[in-house]
Amino acid sequence: MSLLELEQLNLRHGLLEAVRDFTLSVGEGETVALVGANGAGKTTLLRAIAGAHRPSGGRIRFDGADVTRVPAFRRVQMGIALVPEGRRLFGALTVEENLLVAAQPRRPGRWTVDSVIEAFPMLARLRNQRAATLSGGEQQAAAIGRALITNPRLLLLDEVSLGLAPLAVEDVYRSLASVLAEGATVVLVEQDLTRAAAVADRVVCMLEGRIVLEGAAGELSREQMTQAYFGLKGAREVEA
Amino acid sequence: MSATPLAPPVRQPARIQRWTRLSGGFTGGFGLLVVAMVFVPVALAANSVQNMTTLLTYVLMAVMWNALAGYGGLVSIGQQAYIGLGAYATVWLAQHSVNPYLGMLLATAFCGVVAIPLSFLMLRFRGAQFAIGTWVVAEALAIWVSLDNALGAGTGTSLSQLDSYSPSSREHYTYWLTLGFTAFFTGALFLLLRSRLGSSLQAIRDDEDAAASVGVRVVAGKRILFLLAAAGAGAAGAMTLANTLFIEPTAIFSVNYTAFMIFMVLVGGLGTFEGPIIGAIVLYVMQNQFGNDGVWYLVALGGVAMAFALFLPRGVWGTLEERTGLRFMPVGYRVRRAEAPVEAEEAP
Amino acid sequence: MTWVNDVIQGIMLGGFYGMLACGLALMFGLMRIINLAHGDIAVLGAYLIYVVLEHWNTSPFLAILPVLPVMLLIGYLLQRLLLERSLRSGLLVPLLTTFGLSIVIQNLLQQGFSPDVRSLGANAGSVATASWQITSQLSISAIGALTLGVAIVIFGGLQLFLSRTRAGRQMRATAQDPDTAELVGINSRAVYARATAIAVAIAAIGGMFLAIRSDFYPYSGPTYLIFAFEAVVIGGLGGSLWATLAGGIVLGIAQTIGGQINPEYPVLAGHIVFLLVLLSPRGGLINLRRVTA
Repeated sequence: MSLLELEQLNLRHGLLEAVRDFTLSVGEGETVALVGANGAGKTTLLRAIAGAHRPSGGRIRFDGADVTRVPAFRRVQMGIALVPEGRRLFGALTVEENLLVAAQPRRPGRWTVDSVIEAFPMLARLRNQRAATLSGGEQQAAAIGRALITNPRLLLLDEVSLGLAPLAVEDVYRSLASVLAEGATVVLVEQDLTRAAAVADRVVCMLEGRIVLEGAAGELSREQMTQAYFGLKGAREVEA
Repeated sequence: MSATPLAPPVRQPARIQRWTRLSGGFTGGFGLLVVAMVFVPVALAANSVQNMTTLLTYVLMAVMWNALAGYGGLVSIGQQAYIGLGAYATVWLAQHSVNPYLGMLLATAFCGVVAIPLSFLMLRFRGAQFAIGTWVVAEALAIWVSLDNALGAGTGTSLSQLDSYSPSSREHYTYWLTLGFTAFFTGALFLLLRSRLGSSLQAIRDDEDAAASVGVRVVAGKRILFLLAAAGAGAAGAMTLANTLFIEPTAIFSVNYTAFMIFMVLVGGLGTFEGPIIGAIVLYVMQNQFGNDGVWYLVALGGVAMAFALFLPRGVWGTLEERTGLRFMPVGYRVRRAEAPVEAEEAP
Repeated sequence: MTWVNDVIQGIMLGGFYGMLACGLALMFGLMRIINLAHGDIAVLGAYLIYVVLEHWNTSPFLAILPVLPVMLLIGYLLQRLLLERSLRSGLLVPLLTTFGLSIVIQNLLQQGFSPDVRSLGANAGSVATASWQITSQLSISAIGALTLGVAIVIFGGLQLFLSRTRAGRQMRATAQDPDTAELVGINSRAVYARATAIAVAIAAIGGMFLAIRSDFYPYSGPTYLIFAFEAVVIGGLGGSLWATLAGGIVLGIAQTIGGQINPEYPVLAGHIVFLLVLLSPRGGLINLRRVTA
């Protein structure tokens, strides 16, 4: 059974339909990459899965349970964690406090403040520093750590490479790789098509709120993905 | 999974319409009503004239408070500053041998002028800071006035210069001046809202920063409302003095006026044009029926205001407008398609 | 050297204003709500203490003990039933709701307790009237010193709560970014309710001192709301809560010195200082999101 099921999901911003009739299943241990241009609805979708955006139609099922109406903080307790676009650390709190505030109440699992800092060594000397003073790459590490510390079953990553220097992006993905290797279930939004294909089992291309292309990472050609990304007429059927 | 080509957008002709038959009819009717009201002193008994003056004063206060809060997004809990200022300025002018009725006109203008520097101070803020700032200004003015012996200090003063008129003349002149003020300020607001400023204000209400980014002069728009509301409140103060003849600082600068204004506008419909008028009528009726029932009446007033704020924030008129799509006063725009009309959203 | 005495008196008065302002600042900092009923809630606390004293002849400092849990509950209910809903409806609605609430509280108090002016100074015993004579021109009243002391304890305690406890950390995070706070598992509604409960309880303590220092009646509330707000604005609420206490002290000194110039001036002097602060470049900068440790 899939860990996450989205059925005919409709998401709006006011009167604007951001996501329409979206259906997707994510199995346990799978890594799915969502790609698409800005405005395709990817962030809105992740926020809806995390509980920060109320659907106007459709359902979200997590581990069999209907969570469509469950508030965000409760979904964290159920095991869904989102690393938001732009990191959104609590700037006035220290790195450690950022981690602590997410860690309680504890979900069972191996992630604690110490183990997170072990996984992201750059945070070690930044422990007592105010989060607002960190560099982009450091903030991203802290934000991922903050999500991990809730011991999630489903990890949602929104554009973790956004605004980061290439070296910083490397660092982030290297730390992520070990997390992914442990068999976590991940849905990530990524603008960089190569990275997305490299890291994911499956790639889903979105355009204007709908899925326009979907397939196993190895089987979609770069050209296919680029065309789907821009909504060009070349995008056609693919074997899933 | 296949990719579906998206359908091209459908273009439909549309035209912008400002007046509908209904709104045209109603505005015309409204104008006739104002003209008809001129004849009230002739048609009705003396007591009724005074009551009508009170009602009109309520309407003026409500419309002006709504101008600031409903159209400008600025909740003021200190409009009583201008009510008191208008009243006391009238007294001062009368003490300096100005005809009392001329004094009332001048006092109204004076309030508008005083509001100019105050606007530079207050319009830097929004929300709660603006609200309490206006209240502190009112309190400071009240104390300042109460220290002035020539103006009767803490015990109050009266407009004794009106004694030169016979009681019925006084009531009639007061009524006509109140009617004039109310019609003027309501009309001014109406024209303002139909002008380009009206659209700017709508944009400011919806999203101030976005409006500024497309070139809407946010502060200038708010300033016009601020000055208009100040002058209007000043007129209401002068009229209250003329109607009741005696004022004292704690009462004329009392925050209870704000309580009444909030009640009227919330019940009637914040951000609608017709709403405050309805709210004023409701308050007037309630005051007449229950005004002497003491404390429970005030509890009910506060409770009703709260209930509207929480559950029916668009007020009676606003909700009615929303449900039926009726617009009596043409301050908005309608976009009409070939077949059916589609309302342009006029959110409060 | 009466000026020195005035400044000392002003500082102690400032402690009182700071205490009144504390709850207001907490709610403002966290939720951007100015509770226009805050002063009336303090007065309500005073009346509840009065009720306790009618049945139990003791000092107000003990009578407040059963009142505090009641006020905590009132604050919690206030948030969950009224303010939570108001928050969702935009910025105007909380102002209007709390204004309506203010009127309701005042008039219910009037109905329940009559408009008579009361004071709890007598119940407080010698504390209310004692003072220490330091020099021929300088004396410190016991109640003034006690008020300032308690204010410092309250502010210190609240600061510790925010920086050291889990609930306090959650509050700081929610003040910064309520949306993300929810995404890391913080129940923001519960955080807000806790804050309002604390704010109301602290207001009750302020009400107790209010009732001891001077008299009170059902419509006393708004006056103290204005003082509390002035203290918050003068202090600036920049980095920490202590700014509010500082603002209260500046207000207290302004009022005392104003009163020295002319006995009719103290309140007006406070208003003028408030308006001057508003006028200054810093005046508009109330950056609330940064209630730090």
